[in-house]
Amino acid sequence: MPKLIKGVGCPYCGSSCDDIEVLVSDDETKVLEVHNACIIGTNLFHHANDPTRPRLPRKRQPDGSMKEIPYEDAIDYMAKTMLAAKKPLIYGFGSTNCEGMSAIGRIAEKSGAVLDNCATICHGPSFLAIFDNGYPSCTLGEAKNRADVVVFWGCNPMHAHPRHTSRYSIFPRGYFTQKGQMQRTVLCIDPRETDTAKLADHHLMLDQGHDYELFNAFRTVLRGHDIPDVVAGIPKETIKKSAEIMKNAKFCMIFFGMGCTHTDGRNHNIDHAISLTRDLNDHTKCSIMAMRGHYNIAGPGQVWAWQFGFPYCIDLSKGTHAHMNPGETSSVDLAMRDEVDCFVNIGADAGAHFPIQPVQHLKKHPFIVIDPNFNMASEISDLHIPVRIAGVDEPGVVYRMDNVPIQFKAVLKGLPGVPSDEELFDRVYERMCELTNTKPIWLAAKEDRRYPESEAVS
Amino acid sequence: MATVTLKPTKVPELIFEGYSITPDAFAGKTAAQIAALPGHEGKFVLKLGEFFTVSGNGGETAADTDIVIDGDCSRVKYIGSKMTAGSVTVNGNADMYVGGWMKGGKIHIKGNVDSFCGIQMEGGELLVDGDAKNHVGCAYRGDWRGMKGGTIRIKGSAGNDIGTAMLGGTIIIEKDVFIHVSTHAEGGTVIIKGDVEGRVGGQMVKGDMYVLGKIKFMLPGYKKIGTVEKEVDGAKYTFDHYIGDLGERHGKSKGQYVYANLYLKAAA
Amino acid sequence: MSSGELIVKGGFVIDPTRKINGDVGDIAIKDGKIVEKVSSSAKVIDAKGKVVMAGGVDVHSHVAGPKVNAGRLMRPEDKLRAGVCRSGMAQKNGFRMESGFSIPSVFRTGYEYARMGYSFVMEAAMPPLLAPHTHEEIHDTPIIDEAALPVFANNWFVMEYLRQGEVENTAAYIAWLLKVTKGYGVKLVNPGGTAAWAWGLNCLSINDPVPYFELTPADIIKGLIQANEYLGLPHSIHIHQNNLGNPGNYPETLASLKLAEGVKAKNKFGRETVMHSTHLQFHSYGGEGWKDFCSKSREIMDYINKQKNITFDLGCVTLDETTTMTADGPFEHHLHGLNHLKWTNVDVELETAAGVVPYIYDKDVLPNAIQWATGLELALFAKDMDRAFITTDHPNAGPFTRYPRVIKWLMSKKAREATLATMKNTDRVINATYIHGIDRELSLYDIAQMTRSGPAKCLGLARTYGGLAPGMNGDVSVFDLNYKDMPKDAEKIEAAFQRAACFIKDGEIVVKDGEVVSHGHKKTVWVKVKMPENPQVTRDVSQAFHRGTYTVDISNYPVREYLAPHQSIIDVNVEA
Repeated sequence: MPKLIKGVGCPYCGSSCDDIEVLVSDDETKVLEVHNACIIGTNLFHHANDPTRPRLPRKRQPDGSMKEIPYEDAIDYMAKTMLAAKKPLIYGFGSTNCEGMSAIGRIAEKSGAVLDNCATICHGPSFLAIFDNGYPSCTLGEAKNRADVVVFWGCNPMHAHPRHTSRYSIFPRGYFTQKGQMQRTVLCIDPRETDTAKLADHHLMLDQGHDYELFNAFRTVLRGHDIPDVVAGIPKETIKKSAEIMKNAKFCMIFFGMGCTHTDGRNHNIDHAISLTRDLNDHTKCSIMAMRGHYNIAGPGQVWAWQFGFPYCIDLSKGTHAHMNPGETSSVDLAMRDEVDCFVNIGADAGAHFPIQPVQHLKKHPFIVIDPNFNMASEISDLHIPVRIAGVDEPGVVYRMDNVPIQFKAVLKGLPGVPSDEELFDRVYERMCELTNTKPIWLAAKEDRRYPESEAVS
Repeated sequence: MATVTLKPTKVPELIFEGYSITPDAFAGKTAAQIAALPGHEGKFVLKLGEFFTVSGNGGETAADTDIVIDGDCSRVKYIGSKMTAGSVTVNGNADMYVGGWMKGGKIHIKGNVDSFCGIQMEGGELLVDGDAKNHVGCAYRGDWRGMKGGTIRIKGSAGNDIGTAMLGGTIIIEKDVFIHVSTHAEGGTVIIKGDVEGRVGGQMVKGDMYVLGKIKFMLPGYKKIGTVEKEVDGAKYTFDHYIGDLGERHGKSKGQYVYANLYLKAAA
Repeated sequence: MSSGELIVKGGFVIDPTRKINGDVGDIAIKDGKIVEKVSSSAKVIDAKGKVVMAGGVDVHSHVAGPKVNAGRLMRPEDKLRAGVCRSGMAQKNGFRMESGFSIPSVFRTGYEYARMGYSFVMEAAMPPLLAPHTHEEIHDTPIIDEAALPVFANNWFVMEYLRQGEVENTAAYIAWLLKVTKGYGVKLVNPGGTAAWAWGLNCLSINDPVPYFELTPADIIKGLIQANEYLGLPHSIHIHQNNLGNPGNYPETLASLKLAEGVKAKNKFGRETVMHSTHLQFHSYGGEGWKDFCSKSREIMDYINKQKNITFDLGCVTLDETTTMTADGPFEHHLHGLNHLKWTNVDVELETAAGVVPYIYDKDVLPNAIQWATGLELALFAKDMDRAFITTDHPNAGPFTRYPRVIKWLMSKKAREATLATMKNTDRVINATYIHGIDRELSLYDIAQMTRSGPAKCLGLARTYGGLAPGMNGDVSVFDLNYKDMPKDAEKIEAAFQRAACFIKDGEIVVKDGEVVSHGHKKTVWVKVKMPENPQVTRDVSQAFHRGTYTVDISNYPVREYLAPHQSIIDVNVEA
């Protein structure tokens, strides 16, 4: 009898929907049907059925080919390579669980590595803005239950977060927003006429790269000062009218995306958006939220903040203290400046997502990829170690874009012999300790070690 | 006065963190002791002597110690960081954090510097003959206490983030700047002799900025209130006087709001 | 837990639970517990000339969870200042890396508490929806036993039940929530005010109506006291009152304290109190505004000294640059308006909110200096030291690593006067406070009550923590202080409490000569209430999920077992 598993979390975008229902085969090895998820999420579950999924590590041979090797050998190679490197860079973690992110901390300390995550090429500037200006935010339920004005600034959830608008932001009927979309005024600020912009009540099509000026105009108007007739391509009257809409909201919610983080000024755009949010709180209630990309990309920011005090770009090479300064300790900068001599890519695809030059720099040195699937990075790597898929055949904690921890279930039994990220990292760490003749440090957790067990699959 | 000369002998494979290259660390040490001072390359602690030949002993105090680096330091970070007195001269380029957190003394880089020069500087002089990259005289991430004192002069151009969260001191960029000047600043003076793309004085609470070239995109939060004549870096000009950032909070002095000042050289 | 035998020999034992005050004696430990005696083969710890106390118990500290981490994340500069962390305590020496000053990393949190001889720390505010996060952090914190208090006073279910006066439903909801969040007790933060903050409003008085819910903070406080005693939980309600931090707030504080009058503690854990008033310093102010801001510690303590069913902790200002963080969302917004530093806010659907703002307590800023005095005065005016506990509301009034400094000030008038003398406004501080006129110096026995026996009893943990009687946890701290010949220099008192000469946790030596030597066996402590199912509450809760008022699935809400290793569960049985 196939089994229907409910309340399953989706391992795709930062919306981290956990209302998915997955029908799996009797032996819990095949996904049969996926309900409630968007098309991308649905496909991610079905991907797990792919019979060609890697089951053993593969190591690059002198002739350039890849050859399957046992896990022990892969673990040994990874441990030795990282210990030998002067400064390894560990990057990724958009698509794995927090248990893995916690376990990698030991390896990073032990090997004097730089620990970085996908935020470095995504919402890193948002972190910089949070450092400088704080983050007046809320959980998505607050937006759903209360927001009567919703602003999408430089983001397009209709494509990037397919169920965001129906679950949280535009359409749903919340506790104080029983009329759903009818009760919400939606503003979209974007240089393009995106599908989100088409849904909006007001679309401010600003000049590309001039978000900072437009934020400045809103704030200046809110303080009762005059502004030029046109700012960033938007007429003064439109700016004033939009400012009034936000100011007169009962609860104004601002969502922003890569349109802000990846145009000139980057962190300063977000910083200014945060200042605007602060100002609006003098008039009404206003919250702001980053549209984080992956289902658990908020996770490493949380886990590493409690372990090292920093969310990303963490240089642990000193051994005595962590150092962080994006622009210096960020993955792409380190690669471009040849500051690292070993690259470990985990649960992300640097091959596909980095610009080509940093990948070329990184390829001068050992290049290790840990990922459940084949991807561009794995195909150019020296070693590819497959692991289970967090959220499909491995459970664990995931942080949604609003930093709400969601305990994901597994729906399938893992491939035999294939470890989770956490198990793999623990084994690599143990091997590093053996090689350096030191005692592993497990804190209190290890002797009563319980790896996350799925409630669906026992 | 004692001069210690370092001659680069080897380019580090990664980057050498030369945090020991300061008059404070060299003072009271012989050339051999200086060559044994530590620095990091990745996780390994190496000695200065592995990358430089050292000649001359340090002076008794930092103030009596002059350091000359005879060659390129494009891959050496932290030169002169946290120094309190004395001088450092580099006959070539230098990497990140030149003069970071410095409190006194003089640094002269005859080539270019990378980012974060003069970060959270409190005093002294930092002179760069070439260009600087980003974050000149800015605050460390998250700190609202940026540059507090001293002078940074970049004879070439600079990138973005000049004087972020600045509280005091002076930054002079003799050529062009890209974006973000004195963002979040609450004091200090920035002088830009060339052009700026935009975002001059955003979220700025207090302080002064002078631009002798053009600003391509003016922030809407700045308002022209008059024309004044002022002397800047030894020369007199007529400026259009703007106040701002009108979108930001401002303190009051004697019942009057105190704004940041932007002096933009008036069209001839 | 260690199976070996240990004996701490010849120290000056201070154990208020048995009224032992400085008698020279031995403490024997076997199988992780204190015992009458051990065999001659027991490992000997020489404590001659040193003070021996139980492991410290912290009743209120923000050490794990979403807002603590929001503080860590938003303050990289807090790590830059933490030069003290660069101790070489890294992997190669067998330790995790430490970081952070006002909001230390989890590793540093565990190490620093252990270095000060603390064995139990209560995380003071856990948002239920984010409970898995709190437990993940507790999981990663070494050595110390921890528990967490879920916040209830702005919870929609609680307000809905109490609006109708339904104490039993409230109690059933509390029981359910403690179970699913692995929580310890009932925390109230700015009752009603934080709920109002969801609309940008606040409740500054206990009689202000809560928007939409049509009840008052007073109704919430009274109702939760009743529900707490109905259940007979180990801990009393634990309250952060309305109108925190504002000049002239002390009458409001007294008004809310009075809500406990006449209520008797009902529980099987030896607790005699029904209300714990936390970080009282922030609630003991007079004056109309900041200009005539002054201490009202005496007025507050005159009341508390008479009210036997109330405990409190100090929330002492330590005059450091620190990070304020509280579920009192509107207060943090207000504070950010005063100091203009960065502000983080986290409103949590149906449950609570939180705010974080860095803050510099400057001894030369008059209100800060008055706050410093107020916190110390509360302790110095207290008559029953088993009801007055040392805290800094970490990190709100200062980091917990400053407890030894607070102890120094409490034990030495000279040290207080020395700090007072360095202030820019010494005379004005003296005029606005009582501190200059107080000669009292607390004893080591007082300190042991305030940091050990007292908090343990108030938390209902007196059988296991806070004392050295046989049967209790084998948690023993040894401090390098000679009871008979206390140092003239108060700095030495601070130094001794900062770094325990030895700290034994569950029978295992975890700190020696002030430095951590073992990662111990930390426990997660929580309270499990067994009571008959309440169908109304079950229906209400499941509806909130199924109707989508919550945005997560109900099956993913309860904290999973593996997240809380080494669980120490306290069972409470409520009769049908």
